[in-house]
Amino acid sequence: MLDREELRRQEDALDELYRDIILEHYRHPRNRGSLPSPTVVKEGDNPLCGDEVRLELLVEDGVIRDVRYQGQGCSISQASASMLTEAVRGLTLQEALDLYQRFHRLMIGDEAVDTTDLGDLEALMGVRRFPVRVKCATLAWHVLEEALKELGVVKR
Amino acid sequence: MSESAPSRLNPYVRPDGALDVARIRQDFPILQRQVHGRPLVYLDNAATSQKPVQVIEALSDFYRRYNANIHRAIHCLGEEATAAYEETRAKVARFIGAPSPQCIVFVRNTTEAINLVAYAWGRAHIGPGDEIVVTEMEHHSNMVPWQRLAQEKGARIRYIGVNAQQCLDLTGWPHAFLTPRTKLLAIGHVSNGVGTIHPVKELVAEARRLGIVTLVDGAQSVPHMPVDVQDLGCDFLAFSAHKMLGPTGVGVLYGRRELLEEMEPFLSGGEMISRVTLEGAQWAEVPWKFEAGTPNIADVIAFGAAIDYLQMLGMERVRAHEVELTRYALARLRQLEDIVIYGPPDVERRGGVISFNLPEIHPHDLGTLLDYYGVAIRTGHHCNQPLMRRLGVAGTARASFYVYNTLEEVDILVEAIGQARARLR
Repeated sequence: MLDREELRRQEDALDELYRDIILEHYRHPRNRGSLPSPTVVKEGDNPLCGDEVRLELLVEDGVIRDVRYQGQGCSISQASASMLTEAVRGLTLQEALDLYQRFHRLMIGDEAVDTTDLGDLEALMGVRRFPVRVKCATLAWHVLEEALKELGVVKR
Repeated sequence: MSESAPSRLNPYVRPDGALDVARIRQDFPILQRQVHGRPLVYLDNAATSQKPVQVIEALSDFYRRYNANIHRAIHCLGEEATAAYEETRAKVARFIGAPSPQCIVFVRNTTEAINLVAYAWGRAHIGPGDEIVVTEMEHHSNMVPWQRLAQEKGARIRYIGVNAQQCLDLTGWPHAFLTPRTKLLAIGHVSNGVGTIHPVKELVAEARRLGIVTLVDGAQSVPHMPVDVQDLGCDFLAFSAHKMLGPTGVGVLYGRRELLEEMEPFLSGGEMISRVTLEGAQWAEVPWKFEAGTPNIADVIAFGAAIDYLQMLGMERVRAHEVELTRYALARLRQLEDIVIYGPPDVERRGGVISFNLPEIHPHDLGTLLDYYGVAIRTGHHCNQPLMRRLGVAGTARASFYVYNTLEEVDILVEAIGQARARLR
């Protein structure tokens, strides 16, 4: 009665959503905490599901020297925040904005976007098969965008 | 509550008097489908129920055979449609023990029923310094309209709090809550968030003794247990058709006749008038003065089929079935390591709703994983944000039962939770 082929497809999708690397970031978050004197602090939440992310950036000479996050929520939202902190450390503000835009377009299903050199972030691409969970993956990135906006970084 | 047919004539009742769930399930086409390659286990009934063929066919039959606008049509179709629409009103009145069909107002949903009272009764009776008593456990639909009204009128809201078992903390009742300024007690019958059944009859009786108007949000009780408005004693009762086997888009406001009579209309325009001149208008009688514009005729008529179905099952038996499911589910879930289950432990004090959390899995992750096993539950705040804050959580996972759920489905739920934990561990 059960369609084995279909079950395998579903299992694959679930494996894609909960890739080991995502669960690893969720269980052992990177850069969790706060900075002694951050340049900018931004918070965001998803009131409908209760996910929260707070991001602190230390910026020197237009470069993100250090970054920390705090938050609570599902594995996808927190793993995405953890990955974000690793991905943006050392980037110029403009590079960080570019990465935000690339990530955001990827998550909303834009096929034309280059997916090379995404590092751990590549693992989040499986979330796209679960439309209701995309907002979990993008929460931290919207907080980053807000932070960059406050720093006066604008789209090229 | 009218009596259902004796069991020997009723195909939905087993010889031992319990519901024949296998027979019931045959009437619900959606239960045949698969989700992600597995049979659907639908445990999100507190959000909305599934629909039997009898309801689906009543809806289709209306559009196929006698679709017409109601109330002033001279032609045959209009007469048939009017009769069917008004027949549902009479069925609803009988179903909840209302003294007359004229106490029944059709609206879109429970939220609109409560808003109708907030606007049409509240604006005329609530003034500066007056008090409205609600509970911290209310669904947002029985909280936000009162907050708005209080803000607009300079009135005050008093909240009945929650104890450690998610029952109402009635310490100091009634005088800690009901004061000479209290004008309204608005209270849910069964908590949609954690399933607690509140002692509504006692609270309503005390309030009415003090001359306070009472509204009961019956969205989670009327579909699941016998509810008789005259026994309950409330002035208003609000509930929704879609949570009780009926279609979406139909809500019910029961109101005591005298109150409905003296209330001004909520919406105005067509259907709700008796005479219109260039200078003004006279309102139609209750309940029609509250039903402005063409109502949701088709869905109201199909709702009549849902009530027939529930009457055939018998609400005592529906309640007994849910008690059995809930007792079994609580016993099985309690065996899971570190699970936190909210609400009172006594099944007699709870509806067929089980809200829980597992320490290591966020409710949304659990929801996604259970969905993969074909199990539909709800996760999140359940429109109970103040209650969730009180529980110290962002949300919970919630399984909720209805007439077609089985003990085997509870087993599948428990098994799937185990699988989900293994994956995220």
